[in-house]
Amino acid sequence: MDNAVIQIKNLTKTFGSVVANDHVSLEIRHGEILALLGENGSGKTTLMNMLSGIYYPDSGEIFVDGKEVLIDNPRVAFGYGIGMVHQHFKLVDVLTAAENMVLGLNEKGRLNTKAIGEKIRKICDQYGFNIDPDKKIYDMSVSEKQTVEIVKMLYRGVDILILDEPTAVLTPQETEKLFTVLRNMKKDGKAVIIITHKLNEVMALSDRVAVLRKGVHVGDLITSETNPQELTNLMVGHSITLNINRTLCEKPVKKLEVKNLSCVGDDGVKILDNVSFDAFGGEVLGIAGISGCGQKELLEGIAGLQKVSGSIKFYSDENSEPEELNGKSPKDIIKKGISLSFVPEDRLGMGLIGNMDLADNMMLRSYNKGKSPFADRKAPAELAEKVVDELEVVTPGINVPVRNLSGGNVQKILVGREIASEPSVLMSAYAVRGLDINTSYIIYNLMNEQKERGAAVIYVGEDLDVLVELCDRILVLCDGKVSGIVDGRNTTKEEVGLLMTSLGGEKEVVSL
Amino acid sequence: MTAENIKKEPLIRVAKRPEVSSKKAMLIRFSSIIVALLLGGLIILALGFNPVAVYGDIVKGSLLSGTALKATAKIAVPLLGAALAIAPAFKMKFWNCGAEGQITVGAIVSTYFALNLVDTLPRPVFFVVTFVVAAIFGGLWGLIPAFFKARWGTNETLFTLMLNYIAIGFVKYLRIGPWMDKGQMFPKVPMFDKAARLPEVFGVHIGWIIILALVFFIYIYMTRTKHGYEIAVVGESVSTARYSGMNVAKVIMRTMFLSGSIAGIVGWMLVCGTNYTLSDTTANGYGFTAIVVAWLSKLNPFVMVLISAFLAVLQKGSNTIQTNFGIPASASEVLTGLILLCMLGSEFFINYHFVFRKKTVGGED
Repeated sequence: MDNAVIQIKNLTKTFGSVVANDHVSLEIRHGEILALLGENGSGKTTLMNMLSGIYYPDSGEIFVDGKEVLIDNPRVAFGYGIGMVHQHFKLVDVLTAAENMVLGLNEKGRLNTKAIGEKIRKICDQYGFNIDPDKKIYDMSVSEKQTVEIVKMLYRGVDILILDEPTAVLTPQETEKLFTVLRNMKKDGKAVIIITHKLNEVMALSDRVAVLRKGVHVGDLITSETNPQELTNLMVGHSITLNINRTLCEKPVKKLEVKNLSCVGDDGVKILDNVSFDAFGGEVLGIAGISGCGQKELLEGIAGLQKVSGSIKFYSDENSEPEELNGKSPKDIIKKGISLSFVPEDRLGMGLIGNMDLADNMMLRSYNKGKSPFADRKAPAELAEKVVDELEVVTPGINVPVRNLSGGNVQKILVGREIASEPSVLMSAYAVRGLDINTSYIIYNLMNEQKERGAAVIYVGEDLDVLVELCDRILVLCDGKVSGIVDGRNTTKEEVGLLMTSLGGEKEVVSL
Repeated sequence: MTAENIKKEPLIRVAKRPEVSSKKAMLIRFSSIIVALLLGGLIILALGFNPVAVYGDIVKGSLLSGTALKATAKIAVPLLGAALAIAPAFKMKFWNCGAEGQITVGAIVSTYFALNLVDTLPRPVFFVVTFVVAAIFGGLWGLIPAFFKARWGTNETLFTLMLNYIAIGFVKYLRIGPWMDKGQMFPKVPMFDKAARLPEVFGVHIGWIIILALVFFIYIYMTRTKHGYEIAVVGESVSTARYSGMNVAKVIMRTMFLSGSIAGIVGWMLVCGTNYTLSDTTANGYGFTAIVVAWLSKLNPFVMVLISAFLAVLQKGSNTIQTNFGIPASASEVLTGLILLCMLGSEFFINYHFVFRKKTVGGED
């Protein structure tokens, strides 16, 4: 290709025995949006990290404008016009947007705030960004921070912009805005690379798609000549069907009645504000919201891990008197059959211990049974065998530390363990965080099985497409308030997205 | 393309190693001790002595005679005890640097009983009571930083360190104040009555039997019990512990009470079995050296037996080389430091290896 700015030839990178990139070759061109598609762990980020100077390749060459270059730190990458916006933003919270942009540039002379502001404004006008250079980062929303990151790159003269999973933290409306800006940049002749595993974004935005699978570059396609099914098959390596079997709720039984739940954070800000809802056995209740608007506190409040005011009534079966959960210890709440699994960003921190083996991780739920001071290690080992068997966990054995397993297998163990305790309320947050398509669908189906068994499933998710497909009802949180409870069968992700950003009038579905 | 445009690949890079087999890892650790001994040999050589002769005398002076062996055991036993004390705390990633103070507190209460109540109690009862009281007070001393950590999240390293100075300062006050031996010129606490001294088995006070029993106790406690499991979980991840319904504050406080109790027992043993009196240096740095022992043994109680014996040999042997060669006894500390450095360094080689620049591929287009 004549207009290729960057050519990557046979890049290989290994971490210990893991081959992250295996002889990957790729071209990047001006005036084009390239989507780098692949499942988690397929080596997309590693490849781009080598381009932006974070990692150094084991072997292979990088050419910029036809010349071989060695990029051994991000500063060198900037020198070649390559800049990357990472998934976790690299911004200093206490500084302003403008200060963050010039940080590390080491320009001579005094800091000329006016000139910097002027330059930022010019970039913003050119591409359609909207930021206040004097605003502190800690006052910004996630989407604003992302904008600062992108403008920072442009400020530094980047003309090859890499974005790592840029839409993971955005609402559908914000995503659309970002796409407009990226298209403007393309028109201006810049090269844009987005790393993603979302097919609809690839189709909507990109001109060309490069697919990575297990570190190998398996396909390079023109977006207009392909379709989501073909891309999925390439990405996964075999054909899979993408649908969730949502059964109708039969005879929903009330399990939880949450009334006026409120919670105040350390800084005195209300994190939850009068949240009320019911959860029924035999249904999946989805909880949607921008990250950090109370989902975690809500679930932790129910599980007794977070101090809240208000009432949480639990109905162990249809005819029994309700029990108040608020004020009970987490241990007692677990004993009643209310299970909470939360998959945090690092995927291990809140449910599993990376350094312990499978059997010991199963023990987390059961170790306290019985009066003996000694822990029963036999039952958990048997359970581990069972989960490995039933959920097809790929592991050399049950005596392997969990950290040695891949993300998907780790989460199967977590969900498998929670399900094995046959909970009557199963709360699961981000259960498919970072999982490949295949495993995600296994987990959705596991939750559906629990629903059919009669458990009340509460599912906090990030992917609106999935929430709309999986849940019977969706509760939308906005700034700690319930901005609506909608019927999962009759709603659209745009409607949910709108509720996520504004209190668009209390909206409630009449019945199930 | 001109030659100066081609930057070179870095000469040496550090890269992560594939998982190493435990056999190979042990081999790397073992060879690090050899490297440390060789380095120590170089230092001895630089001082103008024959390393072989010096090392030989260390062994001879610490192991090869009855008296030498007993003296070595008297160092090894409290060291092992202190290491066992901090093991559960360290497993919980609660960095208890206060074993020194907890030992001292155990020693203080034992001394109180030995000075005041020894005549009023039958001898076995006296030992049982002092043992229990020393354990309780050592435990309470350990509980203080645990309570603050559990309640307000204070830094336990600083907290436990500071408590050491308070305990030792209190001993100074007792020594020149209420407990001063009136018959002496130099202010010191009186020697214990014969009845308050621990009986000996095979020439060493019976404390060694208690400590060996504790080796098994701690091993089983840490690997087989519910408590041990809770400690491990809290150490790995507090949030996972919370999510599985554990009361993290309770686990922290309970574990530190245990840790302090064992240290208190070591204090009891030191005053009633070894020194027969209380002084500012009763704890003698055991609480700190124990950190080295615990670390080198990776918290395995059985390995601790070997490591504390090894360090005791070095310490006792260094007294011998001081008399025989005139090398300062602190030489053993240098050697201990070298071993620790090499062993910690070896962990790096277990996880990483160096990649050297390959032969240049050539800069031709």
